[in-house]
Amino acid sequence: METIKLTIDNKVLEVAKGTTILKAAKKAGIHIPTLCYLHLHDLNIENKPAGCRVCVVEVAGRRNLAPACVTECTEGMVVNTHNIRVLNSRKTVLELILSDHPTDCLICAKNGNCELQTMAQEFGIRKLHYEGEQSTYREDTSPAIIRDVDKCIMCRRCEMMCNEVQTVGVLSAVNRGFMSVVAPAFEMNLDHSVCTYCGQCVAVCPTGALTEVDHTNSVIRALADPTKTVVVQTAPAVRAALGEEFGMEPGTLVTGKLAAALRRLGFNYVFDTDFAADLTIMEEGTELLDRLTRHLNGDKDVPLPILTSCCPGWVNFFEHQFPEMRDIPSTARSPQQMFGAIAKTYFADKINVKREDLVVVSIMPCLAKKFECQRDEFATNGNPDVDYSISTRELAHLIKQSNIEFNALPDEDFDNPLGESTGAAVIFGTTGGVIEAAVRTAYEVHTGKKLEKVDFEELRGMEYIREATIDFNGLPIRIGIAHGLGNARKLLQDIKDGKSEFHAIEIMACPGGCIGGGGQPLHHGDSSIIKARQKAIYQEDANKTIRKSHENPYIIQLYEEFLGKPLSEKSHHLLHTHYFDKSKDIKVVE
Amino acid sequence: MANIKLSAEKLDELKAVCKSFNNDKGELINVLHKAQGIFGYLPAEVQEVIAKELNISVAHVYGVVSFYSFFTMLPKGEHPVSICLGTACYVRGAEKVIDEFKRLLNINVGETTPDGKFSLACLRCVGACGLAPVVLVGEKVYGRVAPEGVKDIVAEYAK
Repeated sequence: METIKLTIDNKVLEVAKGTTILKAAKKAGIHIPTLCYLHLHDLNIENKPAGCRVCVVEVAGRRNLAPACVTECTEGMVVNTHNIRVLNSRKTVLELILSDHPTDCLICAKNGNCELQTMAQEFGIRKLHYEGEQSTYREDTSPAIIRDVDKCIMCRRCEMMCNEVQTVGVLSAVNRGFMSVVAPAFEMNLDHSVCTYCGQCVAVCPTGALTEVDHTNSVIRALADPTKTVVVQTAPAVRAALGEEFGMEPGTLVTGKLAAALRRLGFNYVFDTDFAADLTIMEEGTELLDRLTRHLNGDKDVPLPILTSCCPGWVNFFEHQFPEMRDIPSTARSPQQMFGAIAKTYFADKINVKREDLVVVSIMPCLAKKFECQRDEFATNGNPDVDYSISTRELAHLIKQSNIEFNALPDEDFDNPLGESTGAAVIFGTTGGVIEAAVRTAYEVHTGKKLEKVDFEELRGMEYIREATIDFNGLPIRIGIAHGLGNARKLLQDIKDGKSEFHAIEIMACPGGCIGGGGQPLHHGDSSIIKARQKAIYQEDANKTIRKSHENPYIIQLYEEFLGKPLSEKSHHLLHTHYFDKSKDIKVVE
Repeated sequence: MANIKLSAEKLDELKAVCKSFNNDKGELINVLHKAQGIFGYLPAEVQEVIAKELNISVAHVYGVVSFYSFFTMLPKGEHPVSICLGTACYVRGAEKVIDEFKRLLNINVGETTPDGKFSLACLRCVGACGLAPVVLVGEKVYGRVAPEGVKDIVAEYAK
């Protein structure tokens, strides 16, 4: 490896050729401030448009200041990262950005969690020396995401996520100069675009320009209504991240405290989406085996591979961009929706509450779930199976508002019958988890043998596209895994071109899976947080006594008492769905 | 957004343009330039076709279209009026000429009259500074235009 010697702030260092000043400085323990720059190291995602000029440094012999995020080190380079020229320049840049930024920080959704705000504080900005016109733009509210472009600082992180990582292609910088904004094509609203609501733009937005639609107040109103019975379900990835909002180390599991907090908030029944994840495995796993058997028996009308369908961002993606392939994903509804359907039928009957008087709230690491629960097909006579979906972040706000000292809570259990779950369910929260859970059950059902080892290490990890072959008693089952929609696109294209050799593929829209979801506590560019959450998820799985979905006693009971068997008529009605052609292609006609 | 109808013939022509640039996304600006030549403007539908042909997002295409003032999403009038705002024309009162066109046609710069007859645009120096201020209607050049003369020019085409 070719190396280069340089001096940064009087420190002499040696770095690999091609290293930027920013990275070299970091290695030397010097943290040059950045705003538009974003590097999710463990996910191999980098945004460096060199647009904000906050990271400028002085390079001896160079006329102008150099943006550290894109300037590569050269031999003998002498860099100064904090002399008066640099500090003044940075401050000027920051003041200019602030001069075209609303100062409503106190009532901004990102108050206390905004990178621009933090920087203004760190730089000691107390007065704005530049007053001038402020750009204004309409607010765009969709079912899941709000765009308030007045707060946009044109860092282009959202664009990078939307176009390069997710390949959804909704956002682009449009117009020119002072009028330029990041917007969908023709400046249409998000809900008219092919936005999947994956929320990765929200996850990386440094300011309040992109935020989620907040349903906290609807939940508070439902909890206060004496005529309503309010049940809550919480997704697997939430328990591995919520603690961060209360100052805990990333990767701290807070399952017990989470259940306790929800109970103190006043939910009548504290349930777990994990229960529905076990149910998903029963349905999806059975569907996989059914399709596999028929396909291998020569029924060419049965397509393979089967694709998972738990992720609503992914469902939106293929409905918009690959509608001709919508018969390939499993018809199984997502755990959120399975939970809602069972809660409002089986459980409502059990406790003798009318559907209309039962409110189902979900806590999700996801913003697309907000859209999913509003889909027409998931409602009966206008009453949705899931009434409100709130994010991990919104739950944290709700807990803080309600004077609950989260860190001091005892560990409590979920209620039954919809709160019991297995290790297979909790790993739904990470990339690779859904398919591993499905394999655990499908293997035992198919072979009639007991798995000696339930851990399938070959399905785990953070690589974007992974593949493994699992031996089902002589039948090799080829499995693909993709996370991030850009990688999903690659696997889909292979299927379209007839090149795919997989039997089953798991897809999650967000990098890392739900642990990296658009509704999770903000990582502010530190991707090691997502890795820590993944570790926690597998830890929770390992700690469980039951680790296979089909062994969940309450799932067995649900089938005995209510559903019959997987893929039964009742299951089809309540637990399966169908997909639509939502392509936005224009029909060019004569 | 209401879909406009592109004729099959023009659509083929557009696809041929994309193909002539090897459907290379790096050639987007050239493709847009030619497309505006074909259609006179770049309606959303044309941008969608180009996005598809070049395998890029339509947001990206729109980003480029909205960046360059040369590209327009509004159809030009049957008689496109352009007023030169080059230095010579400007100092000799081109702005007053623009104001008079705006008043008479009741449209702003960049717009087209509802009957589709006239559109109004500004441009920079047509190389006839001796005739400043200069107005073009289609290909025809009018020199030394005074605000009072604008109504005669409009009348010439308003039949």
